[in-house]
Amino acid sequence: MDTFIAYLIPGIFSGAAYAIAASGLVLTYTTTRVFNIAHGAFGMVMSFIFWDFSQKQGLPVWLSLILVLGIVAPLTGFLIQRFIARGLGEAPVSVSLVVTVGLFVGLIGAAQAIWPPEPRFVPPLLADEMGNDKSFPVGETVVTAQQLITVLASIGVAVGLYLLLTRTRIGTAMRASVDNPELLKLYGGKPETVAALSWAIGISLAALGGILLVPVVGLDYYQLTLLVINAYAAAMVGRLKNLPLTFVGAMGLGIADSFALGYIPTDSVFADIRPVIPPLFLFAALVLLPQAQLRIGQVKGIVSAPVPSVPRMVVSGGVFLVVLLAVVSPMSEARLLLVGTAATYAMVMLSLVLLTGYGGHVSLAQLTFAGVGALAYAKLDSPNLYGLLMSALIAVAVGALVALPVLRLTGLYLALSTLAFGVLMDKVVFQNERAFGFGGALEAQRLSFFGNTVETTQAYVMVMGVFFVLVAIGILMLRRGVLGRLLVAMRDSPAACGTLGLDLRWARVGLFGLSAGVAGLAGALFAGLRGTIGAADFQYFNSLPLLLLAVVFGVTSVTGATLGGIGLMLLPVLSGSNPIAGGIVFLIIGFGAVFAGRDPNGLANLLFRLGRVLQARVLDRIDLNLPQLPSTTAFSRTKTPTREVSGGELFDDGYDEEPVPVGAGAASGGVAEPAGPPLAPTDQKGVQ
Amino acid sequence: MALLEVDDVVVQFGGVTAVNHATFEAEAGRVTGLIGPNGAGKTTCFNVISGLQRPTKGKVRFNGKTVTSVPVHRRSKRGMGRTFQRLEAFGSLSVRENVRVALDIHRGIAGVVKPAKADIDGLLERVGIRAYADERADSIPTGTARLLELARCLAGDPRLLLLDEPSSGLDETETDAFGDLLRDLAAEGRGILMVEHDMDLVMGVCDTIRVLDFGEVIAVGDPAAIRADKRVQQAYLGYSDDDEDDVAHPPEAGATDETLVIPVVPANQGATT
Repeated sequence: MDTFIAYLIPGIFSGAAYAIAASGLVLTYTTTRVFNIAHGAFGMVMSFIFWDFSQKQGLPVWLSLILVLGIVAPLTGFLIQRFIARGLGEAPVSVSLVVTVGLFVGLIGAAQAIWPPEPRFVPPLLADEMGNDKSFPVGETVVTAQQLITVLASIGVAVGLYLLLTRTRIGTAMRASVDNPELLKLYGGKPETVAALSWAIGISLAALGGILLVPVVGLDYYQLTLLVINAYAAAMVGRLKNLPLTFVGAMGLGIADSFALGYIPTDSVFADIRPVIPPLFLFAALVLLPQAQLRIGQVKGIVSAPVPSVPRMVVSGGVFLVVLLAVVSPMSEARLLLVGTAATYAMVMLSLVLLTGYGGHVSLAQLTFAGVGALAYAKLDSPNLYGLLMSALIAVAVGALVALPVLRLTGLYLALSTLAFGVLMDKVVFQNERAFGFGGALEAQRLSFFGNTVETTQAYVMVMGVFFVLVAIGILMLRRGVLGRLLVAMRDSPAACGTLGLDLRWARVGLFGLSAGVAGLAGALFAGLRGTIGAADFQYFNSLPLLLLAVVFGVTSVTGATLGGIGLMLLPVLSGSNPIAGGIVFLIIGFGAVFAGRDPNGLANLLFRLGRVLQARVLDRIDLNLPQLPSTTAFSRTKTPTREVSGGELFDDGYDEEPVPVGAGAASGGVAEPAGPPLAPTDQKGVQ
Repeated sequence: MALLEVDDVVVQFGGVTAVNHATFEAEAGRVTGLIGPNGAGKTTCFNVISGLQRPTKGKVRFNGKTVTSVPVHRRSKRGMGRTFQRLEAFGSLSVRENVRVALDIHRGIAGVVKPAKADIDGLLERVGIRAYADERADSIPTGTARLLELARCLAGDPRLLLLDEPSSGLDETETDAFGDLLRDLAAEGRGILMVEHDMDLVMGVCDTIRVLDFGEVIAVGDPAAIRADKRVQQAYLGYSDDDEDDVAHPPEAGATDETLVIPVVPANQGATT
């Protein structure tokens, strides 16, 4: 009984802290439809600010609390809503998620730049001079003041939110905004004010959650940030809209976690289960979600990067290889490894071109699939084309397996389930001794072709280059063919594809599998390049910067993937031994993505445009395979459409190939059916 | 036995009953009109029939078999095709590619392995949008996009066509041609169920008409019977026989598609009767 209570109390404590953080997440999501992946990162940064105020500057704890929770956090929330989150809610999930992933990466970078790594200690709120917390005995065990404060704070948050949402005007407006912000505007409400307030409260709650957990977790960039997965899981129990259920979920998670610590013997096979509980919880909550309704009512057309003709592909690929050969010839071993790493990243990004660029799905576990490929390659220990193929196929199978249990999910939920999967794989498989081994030094052999092993790193990098070109051409060919058309059709209108007879769920499984296969191939080649690989090479949260750079450089084109691969490789190089510089690079990339992420064609598109301008100037004619501006004057009867609400405006950044969608009215939620007969059906009753 | 039977279907969204014990059928070789005021539940009925919406209660039978819990794509494989009131063209693809995708999907794996050599342009010609074949689907006029959706459906050679306001966005000549096309399609043995607001088209083309109001079927019959039905006049048509001429030629407001049209005519029109 005493053990029970001894583990129940910390369980309730962490549950309460998760509940506080999760309710902030739910609040911002329901009112603005932006799922803030960076919610935990905000909590982390706010905790650092709290440390700065209370420890470094020596302000009293209560004053620091008021400053952080009452001024810094709400102001941050307000500014984020005003300048970043605004309008994101209507965007496709590949845009809105990427932008908050950008915030995630940027905030971690900012924290590293402002507060360079050093041991920091945050005492509990009511600690004495020695940093020891007050505690009260409960039976055989004790409750610390911090635990008590946390539980009281969570009750306070619950009551406060309840009163705000039910008893105040602005709270009513918040609830109205959940259903229909446009309508709220018509009735004189101010959705923007509501959104700003939600974000202000949301970030404050993230801050509170972080500050309460810091004495237990420690002030760490990643630890605190990633605790948010607990909050995601709790929020998903409440289906991202129900606050009471979110609290229940958070408590359940906290207590389950604590009991796992208490009751599962450390030497049993289940000992590894504890770190897996939050992602499992998240995965389970997602699997139990009801079937996603197919959204109908929008004509979405996205101008993607032009697909080159076959001769052009082959010539470009050849030129690329020649340049690569020239570049790697004089290189040192260390640099060659870097080029090989860039090739790996670029190829993983190619898998995102397929999945996100063409298919419109977001995966937050792409590096995990690469890890599966690498692991399979090393374990199979047949370093030849057969082993490579098998590794890729195993990755295909795993990718399909991820999509299978969540067949019914789309968009955000699908992306979150990949995140949960990434965490699960990392904790259960990759970090397992039987996988990469202790310390992460699993050996892998270099690839051999028909008995001839590619010995030198130089030659191996060239082999990787050849594989990259082949995969790139394969993906471009696929885009030109039947499957590519299907992918675009599925992205543009899932509902129409369904009614035309396409089983969207299996198509999605296939797409995930194929994409994972490409990533797995990259991972396998990487294993051969490095010779030894470990869990640290494929940490799940590194899939986030990977996605980010892919989108920033252009997730719709091979050029974008190439540049993105080089960029991701350069990140740690640029930062070198100086974490501040590294933080700043992260910061620039992160916040760059916040703005660049709105155009999925990315920076690569700038190059294409430059190329077009040059071509137009130099050759005095426009190449035929460039996207044509859709004519808006082709019709006169239909009213010139206003810009489509969903997504359309987000690409309005001077990007001149912007299509003007038809059915603009049809797309925006608030517009009624076109009235055919000029007779109002209402008001007619009883007139005669 | 009718091709399609909707049997006592109820759809509730929270507390709102969108479809209330609706029962009707559509027969092969005939054009059935489904009319009613905005918000009467017509599109929801279509969603239930095509499988995008699960009914709270009731059954849908197609070709004699209950399909209520059959997923969307299987219904399509069994011969159902539909168009959307709010357009669902593949905006990033050309008009021709839109139809090609439909063909590929219809042919399944075979379509992926060996692309079809079907007469896509002939199909576009048939619905009258051949001229737009190479344009991106998000740049064509609304009416054309509706015809494109029809062409896309026809690529799958469906036995039942569900057309949701197919003529809005078409001008008078185009609507006439469209009416002829519908008769042809019905003559080929296809069943057509059409939600439509253009009363000239409905009365001219339909063999039989069902009128929905507040989710309920309030009248069934041929065009003449519907025109004469008092309840229908009250709920929807809003006129009695003596001022029919005014209404038969609706003012231009009805033709402006996709804009929020607030009809101002009916209030005094109702009062004159």
